[in-house]
Amino acid sequence: MTAHSLTLGRMLRFGLLSLGALLFLAPYIFMISTAGKAQSEIFSSSLSLIPEQWSFAENFTKALSRVSMPTLLMNGVIVCALIFLVQVVVAIPCAYAMAKLKFRAARIMMVLVMLGLLVPIHATALPLYVAFDRLSVLNSYTALVAPFSISVFAIFLFLQFFRAIPDDLIHAARLDGMSEAGIVARVIVPNAWPAITAFAIFSVVAHWNDLFWPLVVVSNQDFATPPLGLLYFRAAEAGDDYGALMAATLIITLPLVAAFLVAQKRFVEGITMTGLKG
Amino acid sequence: MSILALRGITKSYAGNSILKGVRLEAGDGEFIALVGPSGCGKSTLLRIVAGLDHADNGEIVIGGRNVSSLAAADRNIAMVFQSYALYPHLTAGQNIAVPLAMRRLTAVQRFPFIGNFLPGQRRIRADIQRQVREMASSLKIDHLLDRKPGQMSGGQRQRVALARAMVRRPSVFLMDEPLSNLDANLRVHARGEIVELHRRAGVPTLYVTHDQSEALSMADRVAVMIGGTLLQLAPPQDIYEDPSHIEVARFLGQPRINVLETRLDASGLVRFGALTLAAESAPPAETPVLIGIRPEFVRLSARPDGILSARIERTEFLGSEVIIHARLDAIGETIVARMTPAEAGGLSVGMPVSVEIEPDRAMLFAPAGERLPAKTVAVASVPEKAYG
Ligand SMILES: Nc1ncnc2c1ncn2[C@@H]1O[C@H](COP(=O)(O)OP(=O)(O)OP(=O)(O)O)[C@@H](O)[C@H]1O
Ligand SMILES: [Mg+2]
Repeated sequence: MTAHSLTLGRMLRFGLLSLGALLFLAPYIFMISTAGKAQSEIFSSSLSLIPEQWSFAENFTKALSRVSMPTLLMNGVIVCALIFLVQVVVAIPCAYAMAKLKFRAARIMMVLVMLGLLVPIHATALPLYVAFDRLSVLNSYTALVAPFSISVFAIFLFLQFFRAIPDDLIHAARLDGMSEAGIVARVIVPNAWPAITAFAIFSVVAHWNDLFWPLVVVSNQDFATPPLGLLYFRAAEAGDDYGALMAATLIITLPLVAAFLVAQKRFVEGITMTGLKG
Repeated sequence: MSILALRGITKSYAGNSILKGVRLEAGDGEFIALVGPSGCGKSTLLRIVAGLDHADNGEIVIGGRNVSSLAAADRNIAMVFQSYALYPHLTAGQNIAVPLAMRRLTAVQRFPFIGNFLPGQRRIRADIQRQVREMASSLKIDHLLDRKPGQMSGGQRQRVALARAMVRRPSVFLMDEPLSNLDANLRVHARGEIVELHRRAGVPTLYVTHDQSEALSMADRVAVMIGGTLLQLAPPQDIYEDPSHIEVARFLGQPRINVLETRLDASGLVRFGALTLAAESAPPAETPVLIGIRPEFVRLSARPDGILSARIERTEFLGSEVIIHARLDAIGETIVARMTPAEAGGLSVGMPVSVEIEPDRAMLFAPAGERLPAKTVAVASVPEKAYG
């Protein structure tokens, strides 16, 4: 086994992969390094990864004291959780109906889902903004969450997954006395964890990092999501204090990195725990 | 008294007629095997009976009540699927408990967490557990109750599926090829077990299979379905010995029945070898007819008698019997005989033989396939030009 792992081909492959990983990680590494540098060192002409003088503590204190980090993170968590929850609650029954029930509109719905995949949020931003303004719900969680509550991407993803669930399983559930809602809750969802986890990664990453939409509907610090908070921080407080800015950025990316590592483990577990066939 | 009655069930998918007016009645505690070639609509019929699909026409009556418009859950029908369809995320014990929990606990009592605090549910749950354990021990799967379907063998899954179907005492029991995923040994063993379970439950059972030996050995009555039509429904021995249609005769029996084309002569008689058959309700003279003879009623002997001669093409030794294929000299068709090794002793490939047919065992069919009642009127004993 160990003898095998040292062949030239393997070393080459491993080297290439490491290089790729390093390339993708480089900006992040640079960010960590900058978060540890003092103002003077950042603007010096020499470029080094290791800070000459460790200023992590300083920069982090600045980041934590000048913006209300807890509010930002809290808003991020609330908005992402609400969006994800509503998306799943809407998309799973919808995808189930499209995959397993026979009704006339199924085909046209499929076409609409495909069309929906093609329309970006930027295209509908203006009408939505006007509508929210009329409803006076700008600067609220509603404005941040509502436009994303129906995710055609989620419907599409779950649809593909549910199609692979055998019909007999659903027939058995019906004979056992489950209602359609019962089937979704007791048979579909427990067997759809891999798909739900995969979608959770997409959804949470996209909305945690989203700057565009919060920028459109939020002008009040109290409802700012982390990226928007950073923007305010840069504009109002930090000016060109990149050390503090990078420290703040590091803080808001950490929850995502942690969450991803946890979810990834479950994701792999979910895939290996198949047994759907039997 | 009939407990389950299907009346004129029709079904078509996208213009293709799959079921063409199926009618069937099952008595209390009767075991009916539904056989037919692949794609003839057996599973479709079961799905319609179970309420998982809607018939275009016809009605389904269970215990005197028309259930055609009831949802699957309200028909109290249990079904075992070919793929077993166990819930992959639940253990065997939980799988077996599902139908009981769905029926005996209210929606609120089943609700996660909240349900656990409602009065009465603890007693019901304990009772369900007891029933699950009883069912499991009667099927000898006690030791599997904590395993998930992915951790069980095919035979074990099949038992869990049986247990899940039987545990709630359904009024009709449907099985769709439950043994087709098992190996040959296990299949024969499981046959006996299913018959035994059926006898204990005493519930009318519709058992789909395309294995004819399964159908003949297990069922009280066998229904043969071909191309969406139930051609015959009769006890195993009757349907084997007295098929009402050539397709039924062809489908049942291994090796297949010999079918030879011939004609009625001017006086309404058919001559085949030493036999002369008379059609009882005489169709017009000179019409073509089919003669069917099961291989076990064909005897080949090395002593040519000049009546019906043939040449052996192939022999298959199967231990307790020998299957011999011989080509008839007169018409060039192959006839198959099934004999004991002792009888087939002197026969070998290429040998000329004479063919004898047991009187009263030849059957006459119209070209379209219906059985024509016929009887043997003469058995020739003198050589003559017999076939043509
Ligand atoms: N949902 C459906 N849509 C269209 N055609 C269908 C559908 N279900 C079944 N059919 C068709 O109906 C016919 C009968 O199918 P069915 O599954 O009842 O056959 P079967 O007798 O159970 O065959 P097997 O022994 O292979 O299981 C087939 O030709 C099949 O293609
Ligand atoms: Mg089938």
